[in-house]
Amino acid sequence: MALLRNARRFLVATAATTALALLVTGCSSAAPPSASGNASSAPAANRSITFIPKQLNNPYTDVVLGGGKKGATAAGFAKSNVVGPLEASASSQVSFINAETQAGTNAIVIAANDPDAVCPALTEARNGGAKIVAFDSDTNPTCRDLFVSQVVAKDVALIQVELIAQQIGGAGDIAILSATANATNQNEWIKYMEAELASNPKYKDIKLVAKVYGDDADTKSFQEAQGLLQAYPNLKGIISPTTVGIAATARYLSTSKYKGKVALTGLGLPNEMRKFVKDGTVTEFALWDPAQLGYVASFAGKALLDGTITGKEGDKFTAGDMGERVVGANGVVIVGPPTRFNKDNIDNYNF
Amino acid sequence: MSEVLSAEIGAGRSTATRVLTSRGAVMWYLVLAVVIVLSLVVPRFASARTAGFLLLDVIPILMIALPMTLVIITGEIDLSVASTAGLTSAVMGVLWARGMNIYLVLAVCLIVGLLAGAFNGFMVTWVGLPSLAVTIGTLALFRGLALVVIGDNAVANFPRGLTTWATSKIGTTGIPVFIIIVLALIAIFAVVLHLTPFGRGLIAIGFSKEAAEFVGIDVGRAKFYLYVATGLVSSMAGIFWTLRYSSARSDNASGLELAVIAAVLLGGISIFGGKGSIPGAVAGVLMIGVINYALRLQRISDVVLIIVTGTLLIASVVGPSIFEWLSRARHDRRVHKDLTITANTPLSPAS
Repeated sequence: MALLRNARRFLVATAATTALALLVTGCSSAAPPSASGNASSAPAANRSITFIPKQLNNPYTDVVLGGGKKGATAAGFAKSNVVGPLEASASSQVSFINAETQAGTNAIVIAANDPDAVCPALTEARNGGAKIVAFDSDTNPTCRDLFVSQVVAKDVALIQVELIAQQIGGAGDIAILSATANATNQNEWIKYMEAELASNPKYKDIKLVAKVYGDDADTKSFQEAQGLLQAYPNLKGIISPTTVGIAATARYLSTSKYKGKVALTGLGLPNEMRKFVKDGTVTEFALWDPAQLGYVASFAGKALLDGTITGKEGDKFTAGDMGERVVGANGVVIVGPPTRFNKDNIDNYNF
Repeated sequence: MSEVLSAEIGAGRSTATRVLTSRGAVMWYLVLAVVIVLSLVVPRFASARTAGFLLLDVIPILMIALPMTLVIITGEIDLSVASTAGLTSAVMGVLWARGMNIYLVLAVCLIVGLLAGAFNGFMVTWVGLPSLAVTIGTLALFRGLALVVIGDNAVANFPRGLTTWATSKIGTTGIPVFIIIVLALIAIFAVVLHLTPFGRGLIAIGFSKEAAEFVGIDVGRAKFYLYVATGLVSSMAGIFWTLRYSSARSDNASGLELAVIAAVLLGGISIFGGKGSIPGAVAGVLMIGVINYALRLQRISDVVLIIVTGTLLIASVVGPSIFEWLSRARHDRRVHKDLTITANTPLSPAS
């Protein structure tokens, strides 16, 4: 009797779980399997490209990926996919890379959360024939073919220091509110900012008093901004070299007594920053056009697959409407100079 | 409940039947059913690569799930496991970067795990604080210590031999070599829980702490040992994590504690204590791992993935409760009927 009952329970449970598994995987199983096995042997018409951003559901990433998808279509990829983790932690991207390796994806475009953690998985993908393009945030140079960089890292750092110096009148305490403590590009910019503050006599009266990390999470960044102003009552300005951080900090400042008194600059998206520029919380900030980053990365992937470039210094490829790009030292491709946004020009941009 | 029922009906059920219809066994049937279905439905799922990537993904969860099963069976919890793994990773990175012999580094890492576990155990058993409160505290504390130890740096240049060993496969089977260590751990924990008086004592503690004390079980010492074991195994998982991703960072394995607890509960271990098995926990880990992997292979967003995991978890907790309620209702009805019959017939000697 008990055995019978248990058998029935087992059957019901099996049926339920199987149905669930079918339901969740079945919806996309209609898609034909892409070229598997040796990824590089795929004919040009049947190529696939996959973007792996640092994390999904990040407004900046969405703009980059929008450009990437557009570029992928223009570059003639038959299929372009976006996969990625919900949290920007070091190892979270690895299983996505593995799945792409298994799917035989031809070009993988990745913004690495950690330059080394993704390396073994990328190497395995390359051994399978895939071409690896890093964009936005570099991997260890040995594990990718090319790195498509927004702008020269030093320029990004210098423009932010220059902006904050103008806004606080060249003297006073400032702080940096960054993304995660390990973010490759933010840390590189911060390094240049610190060097510039220490070496340039123009900035000798500016003192960097704190570096805090909002982890590219809105709430955490908001709280860190709040904490900064409580801990450093003499704070004159904040640099936030990340779009999530600057938007959260601006939101805090705009509703606090510090509005207009504590300067805020950094890297932000015009659409997110528009109201803070108009209400006087933020005077001027900077960014490049993130969509171009994805666009150029797609064409870099195509050129690598065509075999027209290998990623060595001096290689040239055409990035669709954006014209020719040259590969620099260490396989780095530069997209363009940063743009400054203020109340006079912000309405000309929509991203 | 069905156990009680069958005991009343008579000793008709053999040990084999009981084992084959236990919750743990049912979980294994479900895992097999899901694997078979996914192999048929998801292209490329049935391959040696899947075995390799999937097992590498679940190894840290699988390892920590073993001592966690024992902890949860006694009615306690340990939320600090992922932070212990992160702290281990940080210590490993710093010591290696300072030039310490790698095997000495590994030994120190295990000691860090032991101490972390012993601290939890001390606070829970001798200070007598609730484990939930203690381990929420150490979750933050150990992660904080990891940040103090390694800061925002990442150490990546571990000996190549070790990092390749951590991800190497047994021949062409695709099964990672490291799984042998995991199998040994599974065997140890299964024997301890199911075949020793100590293990039976743990189940007794979970049912009723007072009753267990009355029959002479040293509840405090048992729990202390469990926390030490959890700390030790967590540090082993931290070492594996660091080698697998060849990157030691403060945020390694963050959030892993929830994955572990979800898998353990899915495996039929009661959050109220007193019920559960090691095979069940292993099946729970595999179930979540397999479904996650298949979804990633199909490029289904992680958003869907966490919804599926959450739903499975709730189903696994609520399902048995509903089932129990139904069978109790049926039992009560039958007893009620029997009572009316016996009330109408003359009393017979006790059966």
